[in-house]
Amino acid sequence: MRQLLILCAAMLFFTPALAIDSEAPFQDPVLETRYEDLTHDFRCLVCQNETVADSDADLAADFRRQIHGMVAAGKSDAEIRAYMVARYGDFVLYKPPVQTNTWLLWGGPFLFLVVGLGVAIQVLRRRAAADAGHGAP
Amino acid sequence: MGRYLKFALPVVVLLALIGLFAKGLFINPTIVASPLIDKPAPAFSLPGLKDPKQALTQATFHGQVYLLNVWGSWCVACRDEHPALMQFAAEHVLPIYGLDYKDERSAAEDMLAKQGDPYTTIAYDASGDVGINWGVYGAPETFLVDKQGVIRHKYIGPLSESIIRDDLMPRIRALEAERP
Repeated sequence: MRQLLILCAAMLFFTPALAIDSEAPFQDPVLETRYEDLTHDFRCLVCQNETVADSDADLAADFRRQIHGMVAAGKSDAEIRAYMVARYGDFVLYKPPVQTNTWLLWGGPFLFLVVGLGVAIQVLRRRAAADAGHGAP
Repeated sequence: MGRYLKFALPVVVLLALIGLFAKGLFINPTIVASPLIDKPAPAFSLPGLKDPKQALTQATFHGQVYLLNVWGSWCVACRDEHPALMQFAAEHVLPIYGLDYKDERSAAEDMLAKQGDPYTTIAYDASGDVGINWGVYGAPETFLVDKQGVIRHKYIGPLSESIIRDDLMPRIRALEAERP
């Protein structure tokens, strides 16, 4: 029992294994934060539902190395995004951009909301009218 | 009319959704269309695989219609497509250049010694940086480049005899007919 408790207590201190890269972290915390944020913005094309930051795939490590190099070279976030999109297309962006071919994706939920509200209002009105017709219950 | 619509509308919406989902089932999400189609082939400077002193650039390849096949000895699908590449190389239709991607030199040479070498020349991309520049995200990938050095087509996944015959050959013929 005691051992089990110790084991359970020990589990509290486990941290997830993080991908290990050869690059040293940036000394400048601003650059390091930018690098970290950027790696969360791109999709690993091998395991497509993971970001470049989270993925263990070789390709993600290569992407991180590229991003690291570009941040170190003083490229802006927009330039780095443009670099990746020029080579891998919009799909490499983890969050799809709002543009003509994604309006349904972004607008869809609102469209459903409007349609749903419309239906709800119509049903409520009809019910109210029916109630009025029957008089007080 | 109102009553008819009341029953028909949900059915129509349901059928449309089924159609949409069915289409989604048959989309292969691992194939991501390359934005580099109809763009100039990215510049590179790499050593040769067989001769590390050999300096290869995109200029070495340009001037004729060619294939650039991205492969690695570590890649199982590349071994699968290898016989089809060997057969195609024997037909001498066009130069097939290789980009040995994130590989060990000795392992790559070993594979070619065992399975044959279909490539006109092979560039050795140990880090994979040139691969990233070409938008490579897995091997094998095959680029078709025209006489002006513009990427015109990319095939993702292992080539086979029928893919070469039915997909690549018509494209190659069309590109070769273009003015240089």
